[in-house]
Amino acid sequence: MKKFFLVTLTLILFSLSSNLYAAGDAMKPLRVDWSFNGFFGKFDRAQLQRGYQVYKEVCASCHSMKYLSYRNLGEKGGPEFSQAEVKAIAAGFQIKDGPNEEGEMFERAGLPKDKFKSPYPNQKAARAVNGGAYPPDMSVLVKARSGGADYIYSILMGYEDNPPSNIKLEEGVYYNKYMPGNKIRMPKPLNDGSVEYSDGTKATISQMSKDVTAFMAWSAEPHLEKRKRIGFKTILYLLIFSVLVYFSMKRIWSRIETKV
Amino acid sequence: MSETNYKPSSAFGKWFDERLPLLTLFNGHLMQYPTPKNLNYWWTFGGILTFCLVTQIITGIVLAMHYTAHADLAFSSVEHIMRDVNYGWLIRYIHANGASMFFLAVYIHIFRALFYGSYKSPREVIWIIGIIIYILMMAAAFMGYVLPWGQMSFWGATVITNLFSAIPLIGESITQWLWGGYSVDNPTLNRFFSLHYLIPFLILGLVILHIWALHVPGNNNPVGIDLKKDGTDTVPFHPYIVIKDLFALVIFMIIFAGFVFYAPNVLGHSDNYIPADPLVTPAHIVPEWYLLPFYAILRSVPDKLGGVVLMFGAIFILAALPWLDTSKVRSAVFRPIYKQFFWILVIDVLVLGYMGAMPAEGSYLLISRIATVYYFAHFLIIMPVLGYVEKTKPVPLSIADPIFSGSGNFVAAKKNKNVG
Repeated sequence: MKKFFLVTLTLILFSLSSNLYAAGDAMKPLRVDWSFNGFFGKFDRAQLQRGYQVYKEVCASCHSMKYLSYRNLGEKGGPEFSQAEVKAIAAGFQIKDGPNEEGEMFERAGLPKDKFKSPYPNQKAARAVNGGAYPPDMSVLVKARSGGADYIYSILMGYEDNPPSNIKLEEGVYYNKYMPGNKIRMPKPLNDGSVEYSDGTKATISQMSKDVTAFMAWSAEPHLEKRKRIGFKTILYLLIFSVLVYFSMKRIWSRIETKV
Repeated sequence: MSETNYKPSSAFGKWFDERLPLLTLFNGHLMQYPTPKNLNYWWTFGGILTFCLVTQIITGIVLAMHYTAHADLAFSSVEHIMRDVNYGWLIRYIHANGASMFFLAVYIHIFRALFYGSYKSPREVIWIIGIIIYILMMAAAFMGYVLPWGQMSFWGATVITNLFSAIPLIGESITQWLWGGYSVDNPTLNRFFSLHYLIPFLILGLVILHIWALHVPGNNNPVGIDLKKDGTDTVPFHPYIVIKDLFALVIFMIIFAGFVFYAPNVLGHSDNYIPADPLVTPAHIVPEWYLLPFYAILRSVPDKLGGVVLMFGAIFILAALPWLDTSKVRSAVFRPIYKQFFWILVIDVLVLGYMGAMPAEGSYLLISRIATVYYFAHFLIIMPVLGYVEKTKPVPLSIADPIFSGSGNFVAAKKNKNVG
């Protein structure tokens, strides 16, 4: 009976918390069966590598990912590019460094330790180029939106060529089914064939959206695989420990007639 | 409790104990302390709460080693903890979810006291110290939520600190004094960090007083009657209660681990992963779940000052409970009518919590208002009146014997057995 209460309370907490913060008036996000969902969820390496390609070739022209370093791309639990690939990716960017001995700032080829290069020097520059709208940093965006990866994927899929006629769109505003208020400042970012995958995967809008969303899910939670692995071991340990403690308790309390 | 025949076994122990009787103190309060035999699992939350406090302090100290309390750097220092500090993600998720677990446990602990009448004579001081701890917990949790400097941090801090501006005449000055400026900004973050580090140690001190005050009359128990003086109703704290508390703690830790490892962000708000922006107000500003009932009370009053008064009143009214409750019987087990009102109060608080998360409009607002009125009515009307009109069930003479006094209250029972 007491355990029942505990369990019920936990369930109430769980269900309350997930419902409390639901979003506004837009359509419910599409549901995707992500490889990283569930108790044993893992990222799909190939998908993360494709996702990085989409980010680099499409998103990165407006969106920063300033909390990521190039070295993260080679770390365990992520896209796991080889060390040589990581070096080559980093070297493809010109990074501002300095000051040098003469006190001058200078440009040099990127190194794995460098943070992802941002497309704009600051927020104001970003707004100036994007009609007043600020393209958010994508590093933790999946965690910063209720609905998470499903929501991000839905936004990418939510553009329509012919928006409903009752919606009035101002200059620089686009229609999106899944955006709260149905209006978004980001133009449709992906079209069939926007990128060319080297592994032969067909670059449909849905495929690219999934890949880049998975990449963003990893960037928001880079230790997800480790977390779930340790979590499983921890809970298993605690379960076994609880059985041992339970029987010890029974044994100790058997010395007196009161039931525990 | 501590006058025992205890003698340390080692020569060093004897030498030390004669100079500072620390071992005698521990032996008296953590080993031999007589505890009622009939405590149920609702009594294990004291130990669980101690665990929560220690966990928060340890993880918090480690987080503070890597965190930067500056408006421009706080958010990215948290991301640094999540990404680059070894097991930083684990420590932060334990700390963040630990706060929720702490409140889950404290709410069970408080409602247990309400159900079994643990706040009544002679335990009023334990209860009031507990209320102070609870208030400090809310302050610590609120300030802790500000530290990541996300959108909810910033706007939560703005809403809560603005409450003080409702105080007539000096409100404005107090608010600016709290902010350290003319709005929530870097000075606010700095002082919140400082206070967030301080308060847990105040709580720790009060916890010691809470336990000390508890060990004077001893624990209440599910039957709610005083124990026999001959010690037949009690067991020594160690090993009986220690092992039982440990079992409950392990079960609690399983639930805790479930959140930390598999739903670490479900109790937080996604907006707090957006860096604080004073120019963009979130659509709904909501506090953490454990503050929602009070937030609902605050918003249910159309007048700002009135809302603030009621919100703080809702907490402080608990301190008067030992005198508002006029019933002679402690445990709700023997109070058939109070028992029902107790569960209605539980539901009322859950309803308030739900309303606190909803926009304050239409039927949500109406329901919050009804629930707020009921909350106060429970303490100000139902509790005092019930003591006079309720016909309580016969109370047993001792927790071991199923013999009932037949008189319906434990005062008579005490007279019969001469245990008072």
